Amino acid sequence: MALLELKNVHTYYGKIHALKGVSITVEKGEIVTLIGSNGAGKSTTLRTISGLLTPRGGEVYFSGQRIDKVPAHEIVKLGIAQAPEGRRIFPRLTVLENLEMGAYLHSTRSQAYHDDLERVFTLFPRLRERTAQKGGTLSGGEQQMLAIGRALMTRPQVLLLDEPSMGLAPVLVEQIFEIVKTINGQGTTVLLVEQNALQALSIANRGYVLQSGAIVLEDSAQALRENETVQKAYLGLE
Amino acid sequence: MAAEVKAQASSSSGQRSFTEVLRTVFGPVGQLILFIVGSALALSLVVVLLALLQIGARPDILTRALTILPQVIIDGLVRGFLFASIALGYTMVYGVLEFINFAHGEIFMVGGVVGAAVSLFLASSGLLAGMPGLLFVILVIAVGMVVSGALAVTVERVAYRPLRGAPRLVPLISAIGVSLVLQDLMRLMMTNTPLGFNARFNTPDFGPPIRLFEMNLGARPVPVILPPKALIFIVASVLMLIALNYLVNATRLGKAIRATAQDMPTASLMGINVNQIVALTFLIGGALGGAAGALFGLNVGTVNPYMGFIPGLKAFTAAVLGGIGNITGAMVGGVVLGFLEAFVASYLSLFTNGAFSGAAYADIAAFSILILILIFRPSGLLGEATTQKV
Ligand SMILES: Nc1ncnc2c1ncn2[C@@H]1O[C@H](COP(=O)(O)OP(=O)(O)OP(=O)(O)O)[C@@H](O)[C@H]1O
Ligand SMILES: [Mg+2]
Repeated sequence: MALLELKNVHTYYGKIHALKGVSITVEKGEIVTLIGSNGAGKSTTLRTISGLLTPRGGEVYFSGQRIDKVPAHEIVKLGIAQAPEGRRIFPRLTVLENLEMGAYLHSTRSQAYHDDLERVFTLFPRLRERTAQKGGTLSGGEQQMLAIGRALMTRPQVLLLDEPSMGLAPVLVEQIFEIVKTINGQGTTVLLVEQNALQALSIANRGYVLQSGAIVLEDSAQALRENETVQKAYLGLE
Repeated sequence: MAAEVKAQASSSSGQRSFTEVLRTVFGPVGQLILFIVGSALALSLVVVLLALLQIGARPDILTRALTILPQVIIDGLVRGFLFASIALGYTMVYGVLEFINFAHGEIFMVGGVVGAAVSLFLASSGLLAGMPGLLFVILVIAVGMVVSGALAVTVERVAYRPLRGAPRLVPLISAIGVSLVLQDLMRLMMTNTPLGFNARFNTPDFGPPIRLFEMNLGARPVPVILPPKALIFIVASVLMLIALNYLVNATRLGKAIRATAQDMPTASLMGINVNQIVALTFLIGGALGGAAGALFGLNVGTVNPYMGFIPGLKAFTAAVLGGIGNITGAMVGGVVLGFLEAFVASYLSLFTNGAFSGAAYADIAAFSILILILIFRPSGLLGEATTQKV
C-alpha cells in the first residue's frame, strides 16, 4: 500500500478546472518530485492533498485512509505537513512562535517538543540565532528555512514542499536540497514541487511531469533526466 | 556535548520565563498607561493655556477650570475604558476576518439589558438590598459576559460564517441587519416584561463617594471625589484588559488567534481549527462587550434597546483611531477618545462663555476625529509601526 495516493483527482477554483484527473503515488521513504511549468497545477495538487482544497472528483488516500473530505487541520494531525509556496511565515510572530505554531498539536512542555526544536535548529543553525526575531523581518532564505522547520515541528510522515528553492541564491539552493535529502534520510517521505527540475530530479527517486492539470509523464528520476521532452521543456537543455 | 545541546535547547525555547510573560502582558498595558498619562497631561495643558489666554477678561477662569479638572480626568477615564472595552470586539474580529461587525454595539447593549434584568430580579426578590456590592458587580458582569459572548458566537455562526468568501459588502450588510434585528427583538422583549423600554439598573448601595484629596485653590479647599461606580468601572476594565493581553500574547490559544489573523490558510496547515478560532474571537469580543454593557448600565442607572448605537460607533472610532486590527491600539484609541470627549464636554461651554454646550458637542468632537483620521492617518495612532497587531 502506498503511503500517499491520488486517484484521478479533479480540483476546481470556481469554474476553473485546475486538476484534470491527477493520479500520483508516493511510497514510504521516497522523495518524489512533481515538475511542470507555471500554472500547471503543482501547488493546486499540494493544496488538495493538504485539504485546503476539496476535489470535486477522485480520491486521495493516506496510509489507506481516504482523506479528500478531511479538513486541513485534521490532515496535519494524520501526518502530512506542507511548507507552502511563498513560505507563508506568520510575519508578526517571532521565529520561535512560528515554530510553536508548527507544534500546535503537541505539548510545548514535553521533551519531544524540545527534541523537535533541537532537530530544526541543528538542520538550520541560522534559526537558533534568530528565535526572537519577527518572522516578517527574516531574509527570503531564512524564511524558507523557517517554513520547512515549522512544517517539521508538526512531526510529519510526509512533507510536502512547494518550490523551496524559489528566489534563493545558488549556494542556498544547493543547501536546501541537501537538507531535503537529510530530512528524507531521517525517515520523512517527501513530495517535492520544483521549477528547478534538474536539481529536483537529482535528489528524487521518482518524478511526475504535470502539464495543464494532467500528468503527462511519470518515471524514475534517472529516466526523466534522460528523457528528451523533459530535457527540452524543463531542463533547459537542447 | 549532548547535555550542552539540551541546555541550549531549553533556554532558547519552550518554557517562557516569568519575566518574559510579564513583559508580553504588561508591555501593552504600559503603553496604555503612557497614553493615559500623556492624554491627560496634554489636554490639561491645553486647558491651562486656554484659561491663561482668557484670564485678562475673566480673572476667575483659571480657578474654575482647575476646580473641575480632576473630575474631568476621572470622567475621561471612565469613558475611555468604556470605549476601549467595546473597541476590542471590533478590532479582534477585524484582525481575524477583516470585517467590521456592526452588530457589536448591540452585543454591548444586550450585556447592559441582561445586567438590568438580573438587578430587577434581585430587587424584586428582595435580595438586592442586603447584597455585598462586590458580589453584585461580579454577578452582573459575569452574566453579561456569558450572554453577550454566546450571542456573538451565535451571530457569527448564523449570519456571518455562511457568507465567508462572499464579496466584502455582503457580510457587512448582514451585520447591519443583525444589528436592527437585535435592537427590535430586545425592544419587543423589554416592553413586554416588567423591564420596560427604559429599564432601571438597580444596584445595592456602594457607599459614599471616595474623597481622594483636597485642592487648595483660592478661597476654600475643593475636595476631589471618586464616585464608587466610576472606581468599579475603572478597576473592572483594567483587570479585563490585563487578562486579555495575557490571553492573546502569552497563551497557546492567543498565539493561534494571532496566527489565524495573519494567515488563515497557513494557520490551518499548522493544525489550527480556524473556524474554532474565529468563534473564539467572537466569544472574547462579545464577552468584553457584554461586560462593558453591564458596567455601563450599572454606571448610568438605566438601559434601553437602542443604547448600543452611539457607544458602538464611538468605540469603532476608537478602534480606527488606534489602528483597526491592533489590540493595544483599540485600548489606546479608546482612552484617547474618552479623554477628548470628556474635555470637550466639560470645557467647551466654559471657554466659549456658555455659547456652546459642551455635552451636546462631545459627539461632534468624537466623529470629527473619525473623519480626520480616515483622511489623514487611516492606519491609526499605532498603525503598522507596532508589533501588537493581533
Ligand atoms: N486561487 C485561485 N483562483 C483561481 N484560479 C487559480 C487559483 N490558484 C490557482 N489558480 C489557477 O489554477 C491553475 C494551477 O495553478 P497552480 O498554482 O496550481 O500552478 P503551479 O503549477 O503551482 O504554478 P507555479 O509554478 O507558477 O506556482 C492556474 O491556471 C491558476 O491560474
Ligand atoms: Mg505553484
